[in-house]
Amino acid sequence: MFEFDDPNLLVGPQTSDDAGVYRIADDCALVETTDIITPLVDDPFLFGSIAAANALSDVYAMGGRPVTAMNLVFCPACGVPLEALRAIMAGGAAKLREAGVCLVGGHSIEDDELKYGLAVTGLVHPQQVVRNSTAKAGDRLILTKPLGTGLISTGIKADMADAQAVEEACRWMTTLNALAAKLMLECGAHACTDITGFGLIGHATEMARGAGLTYAIKRSSIPVMAGVAEMIDCGLIPGGLYRNRDHYAPMLKADSQLEDDLLPLFDPQTSGGLLIALADEDATAFLQRTAASDCFAVEIGHVVPKEAYPLLIR
Amino acid sequence: MKTIDTTGLSCPEPVIRTRAALQTLAAGEQLQVLVDTVTARENVLRTARSLKYDAVAADRDGGMVVTITKK
Repeated sequence: MFEFDDPNLLVGPQTSDDAGVYRIADDCALVETTDIITPLVDDPFLFGSIAAANALSDVYAMGGRPVTAMNLVFCPACGVPLEALRAIMAGGAAKLREAGVCLVGGHSIEDDELKYGLAVTGLVHPQQVVRNSTAKAGDRLILTKPLGTGLISTGIKADMADAQAVEEACRWMTTLNALAAKLMLECGAHACTDITGFGLIGHATEMARGAGLTYAIKRSSIPVMAGVAEMIDCGLIPGGLYRNRDHYAPMLKADSQLEDDLLPLFDPQTSGGLLIALADEDATAFLQRTAASDCFAVEIGHVVPKEAYPLLIR
Repeated sequence: MKTIDTTGLSCPEPVIRTRAALQTLAAGEQLQVLVDTVTARENVLRTARSLKYDAVAADRDGGMVVTITKK
């Protein structure tokens, strides 16, 4: 049903990659993606900025450069003030400007619940597409944002998240993956994905399975946002986290005896960071360049030949 | 024993209502929270235990109930 026989379709829906890639010339391909989210903060401008950073992320994760975007607005007929809608789209537009992306149009439709997102088009050289399934054994794994946006967002909804934790989470969610992606391309990354709804464990598992290898991750090296432990203690855990755990826990082998210790790794992320696989010496160069450019990057593990489980957590 | 029905509510609403109901209880009183998802059951158990109250979950009539004893 989802197979389209076209030699120019370089990345289609079958491989569950971050975005589709379609070649339009020998040296140019389109990178196409869309992402729509429900409000996770009260401030409409901030929500719009997060939604835009989130939608653009898939293009960066493919090694592409986003160029145009279209607004997608789902809105109840009444109950949402016009000023709030304007502020959401202003937040989105501001983030597009920061990314050097042009808004070219959009569409709105009546819906029961407010949602906002964008359809984004980027460009990439067909030989420079960074897929999620092309890591190599021996690669080092680097993550470019800490985890926890799903848990902190749940805390925001319950009005129980600490103000400082909320501010930190919002800062990460509005941070573009542009710089990390640029440096990853300069360093010749083998594979990349952005961490979104399936959480770190879900996306790492998919990357490992796609490559036919095993990802070995060190729990103690994984960066987690402030306030996450409190959210878990209080039961402010999003349903998506439990669904990710139910689906992916059977596919991993963990040394940790503490189940709670792994929960942040299942947390669904909005506008999460990039998980990048680089050869040993390229990883060293990447970590040096990110440090020099004030771009967050933490090594969290490495890639090994295929074992019984696609994911090992030590 | 006081009972609140959180069936049909999505996360984090069951936790919010449980915490509000617990505030109206005296020490030693019990609260029953009706839930219909594993997410709500786990989260209500966690929030009660984070307050150092005893909490147990059981299946009942095709749904689930969490019983919390306030200390």
